[in-house]
Amino acid sequence: MSQQEQSQTTASSNSAFERYDVEGFYDEIFAEDHVPRDYCRPLIDRLKELDHADIVRRQKAADRSMLRMGITFNVYGAEEGAERIIPFDILPRIITNSEWKMLDDGLKQRITALNLFLDDIYNEQKILKDKAIPDHVIMSAKSYRPECEGLKPPQGIWCHITGTDLVRSDDGQIYVLEDNLRCPSGVSYVLQNRQLMKQTFPQLFDRVKVKPVDEYSSYLLDSLEFLLEDRSHAPNVAVLTPGMYNSAYFEHSFLAQQMGVPLVEGRDLVVHDGFVYMRTTKGFEKVDVLYRRIDDDFLDPKTFRKDSMLGVPGLMDVYRKGNIALANAPGTGIADDKVVYAYVPEIIKYYLGEDPIIPNVPTYVCWDDEQMQHVIENIADLVVKPANESGGYGMLIGPQSTKEEQNEFRELIKSNPRNYIAQPTLSLSRVPVIIDDHLEGRHVDLRPFIVYGRDIHCLPGGLTRVAMRKGSLVVNSSQGGGCKDTWVLEDGAL
Amino acid sequence: MLSRVAESIYWMCRQVERAENVARYISVNLNLSLDMPGESVQQWNPLVITTGDNELFKKLYDEPSRENVIRFLTFDRKNPNSIFSCLWHARENARSVREIISSEMWEHINRFYLMLKESTLRSATNDAADFFDAIRSSGQQFMGITDATMTHGEAWHFCRLGRSLERADKTSRILDVKYFILLPSPEDVGTPYDDIQWSALLRSASALEMYRQRFGRITPAHVVEFLVLDREFPRAVLYCLTNANQSLHMISGCDLGSFVNPPEQLLGQLQSQLAFTKPKSIIDGGLHEFVDRLQSRLNEIGGGIHNTFFALRPIEAMAEEEPV
Repeated sequence: MSQQEQSQTTASSNSAFERYDVEGFYDEIFAEDHVPRDYCRPLIDRLKELDHADIVRRQKAADRSMLRMGITFNVYGAEEGAERIIPFDILPRIITNSEWKMLDDGLKQRITALNLFLDDIYNEQKILKDKAIPDHVIMSAKSYRPECEGLKPPQGIWCHITGTDLVRSDDGQIYVLEDNLRCPSGVSYVLQNRQLMKQTFPQLFDRVKVKPVDEYSSYLLDSLEFLLEDRSHAPNVAVLTPGMYNSAYFEHSFLAQQMGVPLVEGRDLVVHDGFVYMRTTKGFEKVDVLYRRIDDDFLDPKTFRKDSMLGVPGLMDVYRKGNIALANAPGTGIADDKVVYAYVPEIIKYYLGEDPIIPNVPTYVCWDDEQMQHVIENIADLVVKPANESGGYGMLIGPQSTKEEQNEFRELIKSNPRNYIAQPTLSLSRVPVIIDDHLEGRHVDLRPFIVYGRDIHCLPGGLTRVAMRKGSLVVNSSQGGGCKDTWVLEDGAL
Repeated sequence: MLSRVAESIYWMCRQVERAENVARYISVNLNLSLDMPGESVQQWNPLVITTGDNELFKKLYDEPSRENVIRFLTFDRKNPNSIFSCLWHARENARSVREIISSEMWEHINRFYLMLKESTLRSATNDAADFFDAIRSSGQQFMGITDATMTHGEAWHFCRLGRSLERADKTSRILDVKYFILLPSPEDVGTPYDDIQWSALLRSASALEMYRQRFGRITPAHVVEFLVLDREFPRAVLYCLTNANQSLHMISGCDLGSFVNPPEQLLGQLQSQLAFTKPKSIIDGGLHEFVDRLQSRLNEIGGGIHNTFFALRPIEAMAEEEPV
């Protein structure tokens, strides 16, 4: 920007921020109408120096870059190969250093406990024998894998990569909403969003010191190599993708590229003599570690779903022999079951003897008659979720639903109580987003990414997902959600 | 490298090269029709023959009008060799190997595809010269970016292999069709009319200026010599085969002049045969017959590359291979 332009923009103050109305919600950036939170003031002051038209122009430039770079996701049910860019709002979301420290501790605590839980549940099942949680909850879960009983994954790690969903309610309290221990996606957007922000808004980084996120792929590669570090040769790592029509294909390809490892599909791999090989132009080459982005169901047609075309026949036998490491381990989905989720505080208490640092959202489990009765009677105020879905599918948001939908869900719950849980409808916190010539509040959550290798590492911040439709509480990208760059302030930075 | 990845890279480059060649034919024909307004209908049919999709064209359209041919060759999704189809495939291939190619390559091919997707038949016919120039230069940029940003290792050699074989094929096709159309009738020989048509042919292969530096005056025999047998002109068949052969040997690690797999053997034989051929014998034996044989041998080489590097071999084959 030339000096002349700069002086012009400094002269005009951007009134969009003066007119912003928090509408009584907890706002991540503003303490009250047009008054930024103390730690957001340097950012807002900097933004106010820019003409609003300039901000809008930068927003458009960011959208164009995303399309040009092909930062897209595929939409199921749409035309094959249909790609969309995920809406990206260029105003960052800010988290203070002290709050992040608390979250970092809380996430590490949770992952440590869940990893112990997974190891126990597929081996001794002490937690069930001690009746710390009811055993029928585990045994009735669709995502419990009897095929994984007795497994001892390399280095004792089951959940190598986790993407925990956190939400903040209107009293400012942060809760864990979901654990996501299977194949959580979104980390590529965290890394790309930061790149985009540096390109489109370099001047914002002058005055605010933000924790970097770039080291994620190195941590990931280190953690994957750590799994077989006792081998004499450096392990061959690969990322396993269902293929380019998968909704998260961009991410699979991005992570393989960032780590400098091959991106393989099931058809590239073959099992022979107790090992897994890739088909290369120079013959067959052994694979030691697979960061697999394929669900358990499709991983190995000989062990799981017989009709899977995406997996590798015989892979699980190689895994049982210890000749390949899989991240995440098969079977981790049991901890994603929403009924099991309700017991995570007990799980933490049982294995670590601690109270959870980040609380659960209060959850009613419908297998319990008393709790089901409460859910049936208060369904209009609750969020009802099926135990084993993700991506925001198959749920009911009571306050935003019709009488017919509520009755439909009452019947669903009664016919299969084990499959449903309910939670109070949280008033999720909001952030300002750019809507044409002004700012409007939109609800958000936060998905930090946690990598479990030699030790546990939380990527500072994570993916801030935004429900782009006014009033909506659904932040999933498959349902029109967008995202923002998430800034964790450096220690001492205001 | 993974067989699937090698195949995607090889086809990605072939398809971009194909798209670029189609654009090149069209823009030269546009120029030609400006010079000879009287014969516009006949002018457009050879273009369809050149791409080898005449049968499909006849099924889809009644007459080879300018608009029909441009639509068929540029936008028609039913035509697997239209510019749109080529770029769609090239981009899908690129998308499946994003972690291997440079981000500049991906971004360029993505932008190239989006440019075509957003344009219409109207824009292609109204500003035809600009439109097809843009496609040709985007194709050339892609090759330039590939050469300048990608390590010249195995993946790049698969790129160059695909590009070179496609280019050899396209140069021979253009020679074949034009030779029939432009066979000098006695009264036209040496007239400006004859000269214009041969210039157009050379321009189709971006060869006019380089040809003039080499031979000056345009004669059919010299044109054949230049486009088939030249060792230095980058679109000449022999030059392309030499490059392809080098890349094959870089991939296998085998010395040039020897072979370890069927495509190396076939390509080596074809290359040395051309290297020891005189232009006169090509013309005396019939140019069309020569081109026919050349194309079927190029197809054999393509098949050999597929079987050697890309095809899914059964695991039993492993016992016979050296462990990697």
